Amino acid sequence: MLDNINFSVAAGSTNAIVGPSGSGKTTLLGLCAGLDSSSSGIVELNNINLGKLSEDERAQVRNQYIGFIFQNFQLLPTLTALENVMVPLELRGEKNIRARSLDLLDKVGLADRGHHYPAQLSGGEQQRVSLARAFSNAPQILFADEPTGNLDAETSEKVVKLIFDLNKEAGTTLVLVTHDLELAAKTQRILRIKGGKLIADDKTVNA
Amino acid sequence: MEKRKINIPWLFEMAWRDSRKNRSRLLLFISAIIFGIAALVAIYSFRYNLQNDINAQAATLVGADLVVSGNHPADATIKPLLDSLGDKRSEERTFVSMIYFPKSKGTRLVQVHALQGGFPYYGSLETIPVEAGKSFKNGEYALVDKTLMLQFNAHVNDSIKVGNITFLITGVLNKAPGQTGVSSNIAPVVYIPLQYLGQTGLSKKGSRIGYSFYYKYDTPVNMDKLVKKLDPRLDKAEMNYETIETRKENTGRSFGDLTRFLSLVGFIALLLGCVGVASAIHIYIREKIASIAIMRCLGVKASEAFLIYLIQIVGIGIIGSIAGAVLGTAIQHILPMVMKDFLPLTISTDISWMAIGQGIFLGIIISVLFALLPLISIRNISPLNTLRISYEDVNIVRDPLRWLVYILILLFVITFTYLQLDSWLASIFFTIGISIAFLILAFTAWLLMKLMRAFIQSSWSYLWRQGFANLYRPNNQTIILIVSIGLSTAFICTLFFIQGILINQVSLSSSGNQSNMILFDIQTSQEKAVADLTRQQKLPVLQQVPIVTVRLEKINGKTAADLKKDTTLKISRHAFSNEYRVTYRDTLTPTEKVIKGEWVGKADAGKEFPVSIEDNFSKRNHINVGDHLVFNVQGVSMPAVVGSVRQVNWNKIQTNFQVVFPAGVLEDAPQFHVLLTHVPSSKAVSKGSCTKIP
Repeated sequence: MLDNINFSVAAGSTNAIVGPSGSGKTTLLGLCAGLDSSSSGIVELNNINLGKLSEDERAQVRNQYIGFIFQNFQLLPTLTALENVMVPLELRGEKNIRARSLDLLDKVGLADRGHHYPAQLSGGEQQRVSLARAFSNAPQILFADEPTGNLDAETSEKVVKLIFDLNKEAGTTLVLVTHDLELAAKTQRILRIKGGKLIADDKTVNA
Repeated sequence: MEKRKINIPWLFEMAWRDSRKNRSRLLLFISAIIFGIAALVAIYSFRYNLQNDINAQAATLVGADLVVSGNHPADATIKPLLDSLGDKRSEERTFVSMIYFPKSKGTRLVQVHALQGGFPYYGSLETIPVEAGKSFKNGEYALVDKTLMLQFNAHVNDSIKVGNITFLITGVLNKAPGQTGVSSNIAPVVYIPLQYLGQTGLSKKGSRIGYSFYYKYDTPVNMDKLVKKLDPRLDKAEMNYETIETRKENTGRSFGDLTRFLSLVGFIALLLGCVGVASAIHIYIREKIASIAIMRCLGVKASEAFLIYLIQIVGIGIIGSIAGAVLGTAIQHILPMVMKDFLPLTISTDISWMAIGQGIFLGIIISVLFALLPLISIRNISPLNTLRISYEDVNIVRDPLRWLVYILILLFVITFTYLQLDSWLASIFFTIGISIAFLILAFTAWLLMKLMRAFIQSSWSYLWRQGFANLYRPNNQTIILIVSIGLSTAFICTLFFIQGILINQVSLSSSGNQSNMILFDIQTSQEKAVADLTRQQKLPVLQQVPIVTVRLEKINGKTAADLKKDTTLKISRHAFSNEYRVTYRDTLTPTEKVIKGEWVGKADAGKEFPVSIEDNFSKRNHINVGDHLVFNVQGVSMPAVVGSVRQVNWNKIQTNFQVVFPAGVLEDAPQFHVLLTHVPSSKAVSKGSCTKIP
């Protein structure tokens, strides 16, 4: 799928991976985020070689260092919005989880929707819950896969603003996968891939 | 990076949270458990209650602590022993005789019990009036079976003539220890006091009389030890014994078919439950793939994801098992009502905590065991499913745990089957059978998918095309559904098949072709008249059987005297002392099957004629095909050879024989005949035939 792709991402930077459908964007994101393992090559995250880790160890890396935002939100349907946000913190065994999660929901404007189930929320609201969950474990890197792909223009704008605001506030590294060039332009660096190959690595005006 | 420990309370919380919106989905799973366990608990409870009731009522069925019985009077060698046993003693003589009802001028063959002493010591002779059960021993009084009273329109204070003596009927006998409805129907019972037996003139040398001695111990005695000590002496004196314990065993055995069938029902219900559990959880976990992938993505370990769902399954298994146990206990109250007609004793409906405990334990075991296959696949669900739901990297064949679960399931089925069948070989064959059925069904499903893929035409209408295409599309449920429905159907068919066989075996009088009345002691001169009379009554003559009384004189040249001298001979002591009622015919009956040798229906003149012996008779006396026997037929010695060994189904009311002679040998021997018929009501016919042919 991917062929000879080499790049590194600076801590705290914002980056976009763009390319046409089938170019390998999602595969690249899966490898970088430790959701998948590569058949060859090395993926290092926070100086940890993901290739040498077991599936369970990679799960722990994801819980410790990574936040996720997905195109189709990927909230647990049987958990309330608040519980969805609490899960990464509960896994880390942290304290004061409820208050911190409520605070995060407040930041995304859903303090009063904490006890609603995902099916009771609109798409935009679900993505905002997903954002609150992604930032709940104070990740060092946030991977977002087409975060506005399932949202209308108006909602997309609000969600994008939230992503960048929260990212800036937490100083998190952001890796966005999108084919929305307008969204990609909001990051500091755009990596273009096509047919599984990295064809361009450009800095944007935000760099 | 420090390894994170598993947070057990959090797993329980997640199991609870995750189940929230899916509880209705688990209905199939929980109902499979409920019905399986309900059937099992109901049947186990019934079985425990039956056993308890047999234990509790065995004493009243025997009527004494020890019963010693034989076919001849106690001789001087055994008399002192018989007189020394027990703290209380009773004696009884039993024989079959015609009795006469002077008022109605009716006669009837009955079983006369001449009794002396306080028997029964447990339970009572249930009579109307109640006191007659004891007072009849005080004079020339008799107790007469209620069906007889009804047949001859007799009342208390009427009289009956037994031999030379006329007894006053002092009571109607409803029930006596050790008697079931069936035996008293064939030969109704009349009780008379033993002290008048001599005067009846029926107790003479050569009379066929049964001698019973009943003993009651005032202080508890180890009966097992006692009868072990008595056994050789009683055996030598050709006497048998029965204790409450041996009655318990025998009564328990006589319910063998019923309890085994009920066990089969429970077992099938449980297997259906297992299939239900496996398929419901398989589908449930498939629906959970997305959620599991999200959890894995957020950092949940494979083992944690597995445990979250395992906790759910155990929880639901416990709830389903408890609900099943409650339902089963309720059903158990109905079973004795349904079966009351078959059972000679009242079955209580006590709550059996043992059955409930076993049911709940088994429910949890099968919930987990049969859910394990889909559950262990959770470990292989990749977090990558959050990005691409169709992504599947699970290599089912290579997962060693999956094979371990297969082995555990096989071991469970073998062990549980063994507990039902009590035979390892049968259990292994049963399990192999189920495995083959599973493979055939899985192959059929696979073939169906292949065929659908090959045959679906684009010209077909949308409905048909899409409908059939769903059978092979990704995430289809074709294999699991075909295997589940196929196995369930096979189990239910097996149950009906076995039920049919058993009903055929036990149906005593449900059809007109099945005899429910035997007319016996018909003399050769009366044979035709009785048959005609039966037909006149518009009743079928189902069978007419000649019966000849013989004794065994020699077995392979050895006589009774040889047996006394040489105790190492493997021949039962009773072989020579017993009288045998034999018949002769040229064909086998439907209840017989030759298992050794060859059936010969007609004797060849000049040759040693071949007889056919019954399987148990053969085993008891160590007589086999080819052995030479000499029979004493009313004083005439007749040499014979064993031509075949038959297996006989003794469960049906019809004449069966330990020894069958071929046609052409016994035709001229002194004999009597038996006629088998089927009557809707025994009342009218018996009276008619007894009056016309006394």
